[in-house]
Amino acid sequence: MHTWTLLVALLAAAALAYHVGRKRAIATAGGSGRINTLHSLPAYYGFYAAMWAAIPALLLLGLWLGVQDQAINELVKASLPPQSVAELTPGALGLLMNDVKNVASGNIASGAVTPAIQTAADQYARLQHLARWTQWLLVLALSVAGMSFAWSQTRPTMRARNRVESVVLGVLILFSSIAVLTTLGIVLSVVFESWQFFQKIAPSEFFLGTLWSPQTAMRADQVAADGAFGAVPLFTGTLLVSFIAMAVAVPIGLMAAIYLSEYAPRKVRSVAKPLLEILAGIPTVVYGFFAALTLAPVIRDLGEQLGFAVASESALAAGLVMGIMIIPFVSSLSDDVINAVPQAMRDGSYALGATQSETIRRVVIPAALPGIVGGVLLAVSRAIGETMIVVMAAGLTANLTANPLASVTTVTVQIVTLLTGDQEFDSAKTLAAFALGLTLFLVTLTLNIIALHIVRKYREQYE
Amino acid sequence: MNALASEIVRDTSAVSAADLAKGGHFSGTIGDITTPDPRMVCREVNVWYGDKHAIKDVSLDIGNHQVVAMIGPSGCGKSTFLRCLNRMNDTIDGCRVRGSITLDGREIYDKGLDPVPLRAQVGMVFQKPNPFPKSIFENVAYGARIHGLTNSKAELDALVETSLRKAGLWNEVKDRLDQPGTGLSGGQQQRLCIARTIAVSPEVILMDEPCSALDPIATAIIEELIDELREHYSIAIVTHSMQQAARVSQRTAYFHLGDLVEVGETTQVFTNPRHKLTEDYITGRFG
Repeated sequence: MHTWTLLVALLAAAALAYHVGRKRAIATAGGSGRINTLHSLPAYYGFYAAMWAAIPALLLLGLWLGVQDQAINELVKASLPPQSVAELTPGALGLLMNDVKNVASGNIASGAVTPAIQTAADQYARLQHLARWTQWLLVLALSVAGMSFAWSQTRPTMRARNRVESVVLGVLILFSSIAVLTTLGIVLSVVFESWQFFQKIAPSEFFLGTLWSPQTAMRADQVAADGAFGAVPLFTGTLLVSFIAMAVAVPIGLMAAIYLSEYAPRKVRSVAKPLLEILAGIPTVVYGFFAALTLAPVIRDLGEQLGFAVASESALAAGLVMGIMIIPFVSSLSDDVINAVPQAMRDGSYALGATQSETIRRVVIPAALPGIVGGVLLAVSRAIGETMIVVMAAGLTANLTANPLASVTTVTVQIVTLLTGDQEFDSAKTLAAFALGLTLFLVTLTLNIIALHIVRKYREQYE
Repeated sequence: MNALASEIVRDTSAVSAADLAKGGHFSGTIGDITTPDPRMVCREVNVWYGDKHAIKDVSLDIGNHQVVAMIGPSGCGKSTFLRCLNRMNDTIDGCRVRGSITLDGREIYDKGLDPVPLRAQVGMVFQKPNPFPKSIFENVAYGARIHGLTNSKAELDALVETSLRKAGLWNEVKDRLDQPGTGLSGGQQQRLCIARTIAVSPEVILMDEPCSALDPIATAIIEELIDELREHYSIAIVTHSMQQAARVSQRTAYFHLGDLVEVGETTQVFTNPRHKLTEDYITGRFG
């Protein structure tokens, strides 16, 4: 008697309603020979009936499930001896209720089972049972009611097709609003926590301070620094790593895109393009240990031979590997926009006696440039948001430096270190992660908006 | 050598004209494929797209200061043939060209010949106006910049102006040369493309249905322009409009399913077609 059996029953009811609705429509038309007198095809009357059988019942079920636990809890709580409840803190009351539930479902309670708890547990189990039966009864009754309503509505003039259409529209709107509302929820939660952070630390210190040392004392007797929340070194670190990554990804990605879209024979293209895109499918943690274990030692040895002091975790190693990770982004997006340049442009250039590379340089790339810039900006926001590679290869020290051979840290890395492990959510240290996240979000959002704007402008060019 | 080849072709066409001319089947080109003063000479040109034999043994001269119109139903190979004349078919995968095409006596399909400068000598105007997404000035200056035709800004300015004047566009655009070429009307864009082609001083201009995307007024302007351009250039034009072929050309070639069916003086082809297929086409029975 679980909820999912009820769902299956509803599904069956809907299938039955479909069948009945369809039959009913044919019958009202006066037999299967006269279905052309119906406004819509019989199947639409079937769908209409199925929707009436399923949707109101589903809504009721959803509402019921949302309220049931709360309601039973309240009822049980009210049935507990008032004097024993009055002196409990909310936390203790919660524990007590957990015990009641455990006893009711036959699990082990946290303490001794008093008679009061036993009665409450019995009460709880009884209410659960009652609720489940009522739920079944009401939901199925509503389903049947819906079905009969559809039955009574069915006549040849009813515009079942249009009504089904509007339900489809409603369902689509519902699902797209789930996506939008989730985004909104994430943003709001980050904004809220950031607000709390800025109550503790002044925004000026956060945005302008050059010292990042978020370790604060967790207990009063602990010896620790006061904590400094100057985010500037994090942002410079992010910029440095992203800059190195783009310096790798843009030229390589662009050249690869030009080769693949303009020069490569079809056979080469059909092999090389998927291979290149496999790069995008490698998990970033794999890139991370490639950077940390393979590339970083090579860079350090090379640097030492040349007489540079290289940290074993360097911005360079992280940036180079991140650049390789981003290559398929740049090449794929550039390839698309280069292919979108009409062949007529190339023909026009060839017909004037231009060579292939002249055509690419003077006609194709300028025509595709807005799209390429858009792609690069999207890649930049990807680079800024990348975490795993930097965690593993760039280090954790918040150095304010432009030296790619030094160890740096980025915004994303600090968010990870601030939030991993047991943390308390009222200290500036933990809340700082949300402020960093919000800033990062705003930066990438701005970049994405600019990129989308540029790409859209480009699309209009050949219309 | 070319003269000899043309003699042979003329011989066979004479025979078929007598025996099979009105039969409705192709059996050799009817009419005189040669002109007294040829700029380009094509002999037994064959084109394949993969396995498809798109052009079969077509021989035709492009006369000096003359407009040759190529007509025929869709898919008859007239555009393919046109694209052979400046080796634009090289850019299409799986396209093979056999036969001989010469420009001023030089074989253009010669292994040692670079198709890139050839295309500056044999310019091309396309069906759909395709100005580059650059300014009007840069569109016309494009060829000159690539080939280094001018030595100074003043020379380049002069070249752009004369090209635009020859294309009959100067008065309309002289105040907005820095505006994008894509912002012009369809007819103006097509004249811009003609100006762009003229700017590299070609000897032959190929036009692939240059007016099919234009309204009647823009078409009339371009047709007038083609007639003026004939003074300086040799022109081959592919068109779906028989009125246009009759108005602008001196010679007309009728293509059918990859064969060159009939060639002749435009007036003769339109008033007194010698092959059944040509007659059917120009009287509108098919195509």
